[in-house]
Amino acid sequence: MSRYIATRAIRGANALVGEAEVMLERALVEKGPDTPIAFPNTAYYLPVIFGMMGKEVEHLGELSEILDHARSLLHPTPSQEHWTPYLGETLDSGMATLIAAEAIEAIRYVYGLQPESKPGFESAGGTSFTSPDMNGGDGQSPNGHLNGAIDDIQLRSWGIQLVDGRMPGFAAIVGCAKSNEAAVQIVRELQRRNILCFLSGNVNGRSIIDQLDEEGVELGYDTYTVPFGTDTISAIYALGFATRSALTFGGLKGGQAREILNYNKDRVFAFVLALGEVDDLKYAAAAGAINFGFPVIADTVIPQILPTGVTTYEHVVSMPWNEIAGANDSEKAEQLVQKCIEVRGVKIQVADVPVPVPYGSAFEGEVVRKADMRAEFGGRDSRCFEYLKMVKLDEVTDGKIEVVGPDLSAIEDQGSMDMGILIEVAGRQMEPDFEPVLERQIHYFVNGASGIQHIGQRDITWIRVSNKAAAAGFDLEDFGKILHARLHSDFGAIVDKVQVTIVTDPDQVEARLEEARAAYDFRNTRLADLTDDAVDEFYSCTLCQSFAPNHVCVVSPERLGLCGAYNWLDCKASFSINPTGPNQPIKVGRVIDPVRGYWEGTNDYAKAGSHGVVEELAMYSIMENPMTACGCFECIMMLIPEANGVMIVSREDTSMTPAGMTFSTLAGMAGGGIQTPGVMGVGKYYLISPKFISSDGGFKRVVWMSSNLKDSMSEELKVVAERAGDTQLIDRIADERSVTTVEELLPWLEENNHPALTMDSIL
Amino acid sequence: MVDEKTRTPRNKRRTPEESSIDPAAIEMLTRADLMGIGTAFSRADGLAPCNIGAVGMCCSLCAMGPCRLTKDGITGVCGATIDTVQSRNFIRSVAAGSAAHSDHGRDMAFTLKAVANGEAEGYRIQDIAKLRNIAAEYDIPIKDRAPEEIANELADLYIAQFGQQRGALAPIRRAPEKRRKLWEELGVIPRGVDREVVEALHRTHMGDDQETEHLMHHAVRTALADGWGGSMIATDVSDILFGTPAPVLGEANLGVLKDDMVNVVVHGHEPTLSQMVVAASQDPEIIAYAKAAGAEGISLSGICCTANEILMRQGIPAAGNFLQQELAILTGAVEAMVVDVQCIMQALVTLAERFHTKIITTSPKVRIKDATHVEFDERHALTIAKDILKTAIDNYENRGEIQIPDYKNSLVPGFSHEYINYMLGGSYRASFRPLNDAIMSGRIRGVAAIVGCTNPRIQHDSHHTAITEALLKQDVLVVETGCSAIASAKLGFLLGDAALDRVGPGLREVCETIGIPPVLHMGSCVDNTRILTVLTQMVAEGGLGDDIDQLPAVGLAPEWMSEKALSIATYCVASGAYVMMGGYNPVEGRGDKVPDSVLVSAHISDGWEEMYGARLEFLDDPQEMIRRTLNHIDAKRAALGLPEYDPTQFGHSGDARFNEMEEAIGEAPLEERRAALYGQVPTI
Repeated sequence: MSRYIATRAIRGANALVGEAEVMLERALVEKGPDTPIAFPNTAYYLPVIFGMMGKEVEHLGELSEILDHARSLLHPTPSQEHWTPYLGETLDSGMATLIAAEAIEAIRYVYGLQPESKPGFESAGGTSFTSPDMNGGDGQSPNGHLNGAIDDIQLRSWGIQLVDGRMPGFAAIVGCAKSNEAAVQIVRELQRRNILCFLSGNVNGRSIIDQLDEEGVELGYDTYTVPFGTDTISAIYALGFATRSALTFGGLKGGQAREILNYNKDRVFAFVLALGEVDDLKYAAAAGAINFGFPVIADTVIPQILPTGVTTYEHVVSMPWNEIAGANDSEKAEQLVQKCIEVRGVKIQVADVPVPVPYGSAFEGEVVRKADMRAEFGGRDSRCFEYLKMVKLDEVTDGKIEVVGPDLSAIEDQGSMDMGILIEVAGRQMEPDFEPVLERQIHYFVNGASGIQHIGQRDITWIRVSNKAAAAGFDLEDFGKILHARLHSDFGAIVDKVQVTIVTDPDQVEARLEEARAAYDFRNTRLADLTDDAVDEFYSCTLCQSFAPNHVCVVSPERLGLCGAYNWLDCKASFSINPTGPNQPIKVGRVIDPVRGYWEGTNDYAKAGSHGVVEELAMYSIMENPMTACGCFECIMMLIPEANGVMIVSREDTSMTPAGMTFSTLAGMAGGGIQTPGVMGVGKYYLISPKFISSDGGFKRVVWMSSNLKDSMSEELKVVAERAGDTQLIDRIADERSVTTVEELLPWLEENNHPALTMDSIL
Repeated sequence: MVDEKTRTPRNKRRTPEESSIDPAAIEMLTRADLMGIGTAFSRADGLAPCNIGAVGMCCSLCAMGPCRLTKDGITGVCGATIDTVQSRNFIRSVAAGSAAHSDHGRDMAFTLKAVANGEAEGYRIQDIAKLRNIAAEYDIPIKDRAPEEIANELADLYIAQFGQQRGALAPIRRAPEKRRKLWEELGVIPRGVDREVVEALHRTHMGDDQETEHLMHHAVRTALADGWGGSMIATDVSDILFGTPAPVLGEANLGVLKDDMVNVVVHGHEPTLSQMVVAASQDPEIIAYAKAAGAEGISLSGICCTANEILMRQGIPAAGNFLQQELAILTGAVEAMVVDVQCIMQALVTLAERFHTKIITTSPKVRIKDATHVEFDERHALTIAKDILKTAIDNYENRGEIQIPDYKNSLVPGFSHEYINYMLGGSYRASFRPLNDAIMSGRIRGVAAIVGCTNPRIQHDSHHTAITEALLKQDVLVVETGCSAIASAKLGFLLGDAALDRVGPGLREVCETIGIPPVLHMGSCVDNTRILTVLTQMVAEGGLGDDIDQLPAVGLAPEWMSEKALSIATYCVASGAYVMMGGYNPVEGRGDKVPDSVLVSAHISDGWEEMYGARLEFLDDPQEMIRRTLNHIDAKRAALGLPEYDPTQFGHSGDARFNEMEEAIGEAPLEERRAALYGQVPTI
């Protein structure tokens, strides 16, 4: 601390704890102590309070004890002279601030004051938006209000990106930038580096949220910019997110405060960016954030705290906007963001993609609405496909990008055109099996461009180019530039040369589509042949060990990683790219039990990889030594003994399940690298694998599944049903539309003749 | 008017200004001169140290001597060689020092036992958390147990450490693992406190151990029984009973005495009675009694380490350090000086007779001829404390002319290792990481512990402060205990305010970040164990090697005089810390005349460095001590692979720039002030 910061932070902390006490007192009178309090869709109660104190606060009345603790952490401000030390005292006061802030937001949820209302605001994905079920039913729309707390669903879906480094960390931006232009540039710089931006606070009533909104920047989950609220108190959601990262992925329990804080210091690369004048409360909240190891960077003159220790590097850095070298706001923003990254010690690789629009993963989720669209390829009115093939080194010219046929200018406004994207790659380490692995990346690569929307794959690709992107000069050859740059930067170890041909000439499209389809068929057949028995190596995936230190995925051809992001071929390619990386081949070795899926190699690996936590691993069973999970699983499976089967809950499903728990609560049991028979986190494509819990009876054991799985995977599930010899099988499986309790489940299954009821006991 | 008898034979009588650098002391020494009163300073001037005894060349262990071995080849009557004689003298001093600290520790353990059993009037266990932590360290069950139950068991364990015959002292387990292994290999782990002291006396009896290495080996074992035994127990129990210190605002120097209040000065080393005197002095009955006697109330202050004990915990002012015990009485304003054990000059009684001051001895172990004795008994502690205060109050009317020097300084003491841990990260993130980081980056060049007595043969406080001042400018963080800390307090170094302009840029940043003074007052001399604990925790935190001897840290006792200091020095060296003592070397010998008389000096420096990775040296030049301190720190930094100390890199934190800006824009219109927050617009 500095004495100045200590004084202001401690003063702010005292004020906020007082404010929380007054609010609570009033709420207890007006609403009563038994009034439930909760943040939406989280299994972690009020997460900071749960993490730091181990208290499962569910009712208003329980907050009294919490605020008593916050008060006990407060201290008097340091004297003007002859002061006693203040660093520890300020950090404690900061923690008191966080506890009080979370209590205040919880009370505001009771009063319907959170999420904060903002008439006319349109969200690019938010807490209520991630659940399809919440959109209509209760009248909550993602629009017209700011985001409030982040739900567990979003936390988990960002999980894999946070752990694999695609999302290096988050910036808790508090306040208001010097100008709208500066606000936009700062956020763009962060987005370009795929750093999640949490927005909150204001300076004299103006918030960065207002600034960005005015400038038409899309704010929401999909664009990595989450508008929490326009006061400083809402910045608590950032620390709730951080706390839950440790609980979700670190296998830590509520109350392990020191471990949770150190986890954040060591593994969560977050920082606070204080824009504009810093007031008492911001200093107080910043002191709270420093407990997490998150440094503070300000764009104004504030006292600096440069010695290190509580944070990894400097604690507080002042970088007055006027003094930043740079010809314009854009250059200054870049410098500022660079400094933030340096202070937090974030490692970031940015592929330089030479296109005329901003580029970064943060733009992957952008939606191009019909009204904002310049042109589209694919969809209802045209055809679009993409095909990546391996060729010999001398058959390709690296960097050659050719557009065969008319370009964007030939299309009328909001019109469409047929297009094929053909990529030829060559490399000494390249294998034909990697073609689909690389091809699948086209979706992410193309989406990274701001104003471009990419959906689907192969011959169901659908691409939209926005007016804004077109106005900035984006044209068809830019697809080629993106793919060339990204394939080199991400897959440079296996790809030496990349050539892209964009085909819009109708005859050419027809001819090339034929060729591509033949290749798709060939690959499908190859994939069908690619069974666990057909290979002698599986792959480990320890990508999540940076977050879940004892968890290890074993990925086989017929069982992909639980995050859904890595299948066997991905792992194989990843190993080729980085032979000492997180995906290592596991020689399966001697078969111990082919039914349950035990091999000597997998067992040995599980033991070593989990640091002895897991002794044995059954690849095909949920009941016996099941695979552990980190926290970023797409689905959770859980035994329902009464029904002699299992249920499958998807990450997007927030409704109640027959197990009496929602996904969020179940996730607490499934994550953290713990082996729990009867509970397993899985990738959704494992459901359609012939090896899906094959030793427990396979897919016929599924008695309940989230309806969105049934809907989104209907084609694939049809195949599974046929394989099981019962075309009606999917209809015999209950979902949340029909059944939400185990009492309702049994009669429903009987009524629908579910096969599990007559199968051998699963236990 | 100078008393002829106190003149030195060589007519080397120093002026008050030559005797001390402390203006309060100078004022009182001047008063003493005017009144024709002798003090330790004048007695030192008048009594040259024995030049044979001072360098350890005299053996008085048996009635065949005393033997003065001042010529090459001469042995004692028994044939004892010069190095045997010096070693025996050294180890006997260490044994006495170790005994003094440890006996203090034993009494504390007995008090804990009495408190646990409800037999000690007025006491209670004040730091239950520390009790539980320490008990847990020794695997004493703490779950679902009352504090008294735990305390009873801990007291038994601690009491047993003194009489234990075999095995290892319990607190040894707190040392860094590597150090413990080294001690084990070398066979110096103390078995029991009393056993080592008794064995030291036995071995040095006529006709026993007569080999330097073997004797000095036991000196280490006896000293370790102090540092990792008796003293550590004393600190632990004091904290448990009276609270673990945390920073408080206090005052130091003779100016804390009050002209309109009954002044009671506690002096010595133990907190047991003084804590109770503190409690009694706040009793309404006693305050009323004082007012009835015409005083405004009772003013309590301390001298020496009793002062430190109550200063660290309650912020009770310190009237001064060791050499100020007589000077306090010279003010004429002290109604009673209540003493317990250690460092109490017999001269007090004769001196007090010139004034109205009552010297009250309280320890069953310590009586002084013609002093008032009120024996302390913890079973009636509060009653006795009140009686003592009443005696002092009754004496108020006898006060004559007074002269209280108008010098006092504020200070912030109270840096227990527990608080240091807390202050570096708060309740949730407490750790030594920021301290280690600061050292590793070079913001803090290294750490120096400046401890120990004051000695009238050295200008009072001058070496302490010269070294402290110089090291702070070199970005060395200083921790202090005992009389050294009070010396620094008098210069204002124990205030955060001091950090801003009197220390190097890196250290200033660290001080400003934490809000600490650049000199951390860690307690009394028995609390030097806190420094051992800090060093151990720094090792455990990581990044600075795996044992204490690798740390860029030095121990200094520039004005030492007591045997306890030798014990402390020895256990610090054995723990891996390079120690420099000021002034006189008790085993210095006369190399020019008796070549073998330097063997022991060589053993404790070169020999111990080889064995323990640290040396013990005696130097009388503070500048040389500073030079060696910095050299040692830099060498250790280099050995750890840390960046070379470079102060130009640091100093950019803090409030200064912000305060300047605030000042510049102070009353400007809001818009201008807001604009100024964004810094200077660069001029093109």
